[in-house]
Amino acid sequence: MKIDIKLSALQAGLASSKKSNGWHSIEARNLNVFYGDFLAVKDVNLNVERQKITAIIGPSGCGKSTVIRAFNRMNDLVPIARTEGEVLFHGQNIYAEEVDPVEVRKRIGMVFQKPNPFPKSIYENIAWGARINGFKGHRADLDDLVESTLKSAALWDEVKDKLNQSGLSLSGGQQQRLCIARTIAIKPDIILMDEPCSALDPISTLKIEELMRDLSVDYTIIIVTHNMQQAARVSDFTAFFTLDELRAGFLMEYGPTNRIFMNPKEKVTEDYITGRFG
Amino acid sequence: MTISPRETLDTALQELLDDILFMSSMVEEAINMSVQALKRRDIEASKQIFADDQKINEKHFQIENQGILLIATQQPMARDLRMLAATLEIATELERIGDYAKGIAKINIMMGNEPLVKPLIDIPRMAEVSLGMLHRAMGAFVAGDVDIARKIPKEDDLIDALYNQVYRELLTYMIADTSTIDRANYLLWVAHNLERMADRVTNICERTIYMVTGEMMEMDQTYDEWK
Repeated sequence: MKIDIKLSALQAGLASSKKSNGWHSIEARNLNVFYGDFLAVKDVNLNVERQKITAIIGPSGCGKSTVIRAFNRMNDLVPIARTEGEVLFHGQNIYAEEVDPVEVRKRIGMVFQKPNPFPKSIYENIAWGARINGFKGHRADLDDLVESTLKSAALWDEVKDKLNQSGLSLSGGQQQRLCIARTIAIKPDIILMDEPCSALDPISTLKIEELMRDLSVDYTIIIVTHNMQQAARVSDFTAFFTLDELRAGFLMEYGPTNRIFMNPKEKVTEDYITGRFG
Repeated sequence: MTISPRETLDTALQELLDDILFMSSMVEEAINMSVQALKRRDIEASKQIFADDQKINEKHFQIENQGILLIATQQPMARDLRMLAATLEIATELERIGDYAKGIAKINIMMGNEPLVKPLIDIPRMAEVSLGMLHRAMGAFVAGDVDIARKIPKEDDLIDALYNQVYRELLTYMIADTSTIDRANYLLWVAHNLERMADRVTNICERTIYMVTGEMMEMDQTYDEWK
């Protein structure tokens, strides 16, 4: 549990430096990810701004998902995956030997493309995760946690009268907000989102995007999206990945979203976002 | 890596460029004809120019509609979006230049049968220089030529000098003979319209620079000179 101590210390520093612009939540340093012998992502150097929304865009196969899965060690679950380089979380390399990947995933939560609530009640979807992550309060405290979390996820008004119904009874958009609620219930620093709206209709998508905006006050959000309008609408920073001739993904350009979409520096970025390559 | 041209958007953007060039030629003709009609004191021709401004306005609306439709349906980004934004802005500038032609035509109509207070020399020269600036500015826009777009606004100095010359000359007429005040004022308004036209050409050049570089810059030096 070494990281816990380190992270707690870092959290204290984080709280006192809320206004600091120089603090990056995640810093990738010369990050390479391999699947067996195949180099999927190469030499990524990326500083993700704290309490901002960063979008990762790029053509299929450029390693967008691989990169964000490297940011909370989800790739550890893929037997043939291997990571080189460093991913610094508030200065701590999450791939250091002493770091427990489960702790990393508590601090850096993830929301997936397809909503995947537990086959349990709406209440338990929030409470269960909190309990197994060491929530020690009374039932009333748990009730409060469930309510405040569902409110943060903009879902409370829709589900407050049916908390005992299955999470799977909700619509797709509601299920995805439940998954976001489940993620924030354990108070992460960072929320990774891997195409969270690709299975949702436009209204549900808009609700998730508004939710992301609200959450970015407290959380750092990194979203992988195929929808460039979504990246343009919702993010503060955009990272554009593309592929080299060996099909290894790499970071082509990174900067404020306004600049990337209005006046990118790289021609390849321009060609991609104007739909002339892909 | 494959290049897959967005043919629909590319074709539509090209059509929009063709349209804005066509609108520009309508406006150039209107300005030229309005000054020629004034010089000849041809009131019938001025009435026609006055009525034809409606066609320029319709072209403006058509371009604006087409541009907004493309934004809504094609979600253009980066240079495509800047080009569209620049086109919409330039269409507005052209429409206003069209209004200056209409204004000059109206002055000729209002002067009725009264003779010109003086032979027109500097005013046709102003029109000629402004029209040259406009023509080249539109060429630079379509070609995306930033170098030319940066040079054209400097020619505005000549327009300003001509305007001042016209102003001083007309003032002498008005001081010498107060019965000429109305007619001299009419001509002053014509010169003023042409001076404003050149300012709008500067705006068009600013839009060309924005389209190509993404940089918004003020190229009108007039106010700096006053400081």
